[in-house]
Amino acid sequence: MKKWLPWILVAAMAAWVVTALFPPPEKGFQAREFGQLPVLLNGRIQPFDSVARNSLLQIRTKQSLVWSGETGSEHLTASQWLLEVLMKSEVADTRPAFRIDSPELLGMLKLPEKEKYFSFNQLKDKLDDIERQSDRIQGVEPAHRTPFEKQVMRLQNALVLYQRLKITLRPPNSDDFTAELAQFQKALGPGLAAVRAREAGQKYDEQAFGDFIQSFSVFNDMARYAYALVVPPPNPEASRDAWETVGTNVMRLAHGGTLSPAVQSYAALVTAYRANQPGQFNAALDSYRQWLGERFAPEVKKGQREFFYNGFQAFYKALVIYVLAFVLACVSWFNRSEVLRRSAFYLIVLAWIIHTVGIGFRMVLEGRPPVTNLYSSAVFIGWAAAILGLALERLYRDGLGAAIASLVGFVTLVIAHNLALAGDTMEMLRAVLDTNFWLATHVVAVTLGYSATFVAGMLAIFYLIRGLFTSTLDKDTSKGLARMVYGIVCFATLFSFTGTVLGGIWADQSWGRFWGWDPKENGALLIVLWNAAILHARWGGLVRERGLMNMAIFGNIVTSWSWFGVNMLGVGLHAYGFMDAAFKWLMIFVGSQVALIALGLLPDRYWKSFQGRSPQPAAAPAASGLKRRPAAA
Amino acid sequence: MLLDKLISFFTSLKLTVVCLALAVVLVFIGTLAQVDMGLYKAQNAFFRSFIVFWGPQGADWKIPVFPGGYLIGGVLLINLVAAHYKRFGFRRDKLGIIITHLGLILLLLGQLATDLLSRESNLHLRIGEARNYSESDRLTELAVIDTTDGDTEKVVAIPDSTLAEQREIRNAALPFTIRVKQYLANSSLSDQAQPGFEKCPATAGAGPRLWMKEEPRVTKMDARDVPSALLELEANGQSLGSWLVSEYLREPQSVTFAHHTYTLALRLRRYYKPFSLQLLDFRHDIYKGTEIPKNFSSRVRVRNAATGEDREALIYMNNPLRYGGLTFYQASFDPDDKGSILQVVHNPSWLTPYLACLLVGAGLTIQFLAHLIPFVKRRLTP
Repeated sequence: MKKWLPWILVAAMAAWVVTALFPPPEKGFQAREFGQLPVLLNGRIQPFDSVARNSLLQIRTKQSLVWSGETGSEHLTASQWLLEVLMKSEVADTRPAFRIDSPELLGMLKLPEKEKYFSFNQLKDKLDDIERQSDRIQGVEPAHRTPFEKQVMRLQNALVLYQRLKITLRPPNSDDFTAELAQFQKALGPGLAAVRAREAGQKYDEQAFGDFIQSFSVFNDMARYAYALVVPPPNPEASRDAWETVGTNVMRLAHGGTLSPAVQSYAALVTAYRANQPGQFNAALDSYRQWLGERFAPEVKKGQREFFYNGFQAFYKALVIYVLAFVLACVSWFNRSEVLRRSAFYLIVLAWIIHTVGIGFRMVLEGRPPVTNLYSSAVFIGWAAAILGLALERLYRDGLGAAIASLVGFVTLVIAHNLALAGDTMEMLRAVLDTNFWLATHVVAVTLGYSATFVAGMLAIFYLIRGLFTSTLDKDTSKGLARMVYGIVCFATLFSFTGTVLGGIWADQSWGRFWGWDPKENGALLIVLWNAAILHARWGGLVRERGLMNMAIFGNIVTSWSWFGVNMLGVGLHAYGFMDAAFKWLMIFVGSQVALIALGLLPDRYWKSFQGRSPQPAAAPAASGLKRRPAAA
Repeated sequence: MLLDKLISFFTSLKLTVVCLALAVVLVFIGTLAQVDMGLYKAQNAFFRSFIVFWGPQGADWKIPVFPGGYLIGGVLLINLVAAHYKRFGFRRDKLGIIITHLGLILLLLGQLATDLLSRESNLHLRIGEARNYSESDRLTELAVIDTTDGDTEKVVAIPDSTLAEQREIRNAALPFTIRVKQYLANSSLSDQAQPGFEKCPATAGAGPRLWMKEEPRVTKMDARDVPSALLELEANGQSLGSWLVSEYLREPQSVTFAHHTYTLALRLRRYYKPFSLQLLDFRHDIYKGTEIPKNFSSRVRVRNAATGEDREALIYMNNPLRYGGLTFYQASFDPDDKGSILQVVHNPSWLTPYLACLLVGAGLTIQFLAHLIPFVKRRLTP
């Protein structure tokens, strides 16, 4: 049994991952099928499911809706929720979809402070209030907004997004969209005649005129405010980009155009959904999909693939397995269990494979190298750190590499999850970034440099904790650790230097200067300089083992500042990832690293592992360090 | 004895580490300073200087507080060269390090050359327009143009740095001397009396109808100084009158003397080229349904009378045009999308980073693998 434990664990986790890929068939409305339909939003083709998930993330910071209803816990997937919003908004309005955290804001809105999630109906009467506040805050620079003001803006944006979603497929208060559409087409002739007659100053049919103007203004609103472009282009041969809103397409009728079959399909879907006729709904869905498949096969395929990717949740699953592996690796140190260490190692391999599949999937969906924005940089740093940790584990078999691989993998995926709250993580790249060559070389190299510096820093932290608080850091182990850190710092120097200079060359190609002392450039330079300082200090014998470790921990600070800190300055050409919520966490991280370095500076006699070792405890402990020459220099 | 000490000081690894650590601190504070000072000023104060000075806000004294970029970079360079000369002979196991350091030396020297030799300017073209000169983005000049002959213009350009000395300027091509009575490095003009503005004492041209004000120098990155100057022209000991020239004044002001007509203009400094660039088309594409720019591109026609060359080229992001020792980049565009602004860079040492990157990358890889492969082999043999 014990011998098989690693394999049993891996098999169990793999089964968990694989079964999630084959969900049971849906009863009733086929929300999943609907969720795969392609639309155009943020300049890219994506399935309704992505629209739903990213909207929910912005409104509720979750990708689905769970609440305790009258009959116990209730649950809506993102696509199910989107169906309600698009088609039966009076029901969607009752769902607790809006998250408000600020007690100050709750107080202002007179909402119960114990709750976190609220329905649109609860906020309906307060829209004016919120808008007034947000109008004022709009004038305040984002960097100078108070937490309260940020919450107001977030809520206002969520409300606007929600209301735009509501009129994406269906006019407000419409009950039978199919019939209304037919009616509009019938009333169009007399209505237009009345409009022309009125303009010519002749007698006109007031009834026909009024009806026409009223419907027209409704469709005009739909054209202007709809959130996603859901109607595929009429001539895909001419332009595959010319997607439009339902409103725009309906208004074409007034200019002699024809209604897209897509609008008729959407109307049929809305009508069937509102009439609670799953059979009709599914049939309409099927025929729309068929129509689409004949004309827009690549878009349909993109929608299906991205839907699959969304449902797979590779990074979430990898995260869970990393946590489990980390716990096992830590436990393995205490009971010295080879079985647990091996279990951790295998699990990390599994998590890393899932992590890799996720990154690969993203690359295919985007047609891009792995790192295109802050979100994907977090995912990639974790990925590279995990493989480095795995390599260390394979070489040393002491549980340390496993612990680092799983810890960095886990933490970076948590960071990525939080970055994803801002919305679409596959947004299109602005003109200057639109180059796969430089994204694949400069960005990947710099990010690998970040990963390696973090891994070296983490190794140093483990060295410090083990040496200070346990007596298990014997001579061989500490020597081995020092060698590991040294090797990883070499690796980090190689990649951060090459990456930084490649970045300079890219800047030379796009902005006309190799180096401009821009904050992001300086951030990358700091990592290079610091890693070079570590290596030279080591070669010159200026630092021994412990000094090396402290310098490596400081590398964590330098790297985190370069990765996140420079974006917070809000100056320079690279300031594309500005976010301030992370500032607090950055400060906490920097503080913790400073504290660790302070601990690392404690004299030998406070180190549990060194107490028995040093023959001259009180004489000159601080200056002597470990009294050994560095091994690998 | 002293020499030995000096040599051992300049070849020591300690010096390297100290310089690297100082560089880390300098880059960090230099980056933070950009928030207040703006990129351009912070760059000059911290990185393109030997010593960083500090003084309290508003005070007119400053004390040296930190070594600047040139000093640290210079010492590192000396340190590097000296160490190689003294300590490293050629050894096979040091090959990686030697190549790496060669690359670094090349990189540092190349950047120094760029700092000293490179010149940036802008070329603003509306669609259809052709120009044979580019303009500086912050330096200005006083152009005195003899327009007597309708077909050709004879231009005498006096840089703003000379105007700032506020002295008498003589030029063999001009029949009069120019006395700079007042030079405002940054200024505002007004056509009515306003608090803070003084009546312009000019006697001719547009000046007599204007009020002027000296403004503090601009530090923001996206703004610049707009200078004005009060000039008096003199010939044979007699004044021809005084003129206000300013970048705000677009209308040419002319003065006639000895049957020649001259126009006076304070304008952005111009750099003339032996060829011209015409903007044929400018494109600014965005992603459907968003404001995110997808592409900026300028189609230009290059015409060189001397070589008879006449061809088209497409300039877009990450794809500049290199021609005649200059590089033209897509930098900006007019709000109506009917004009394009190209950045023009003259940088004789632009290739050095490419070479340096290759050298350092190769050197580090060799060094890294030379340690890694035997190590892994050792670890994995049971």
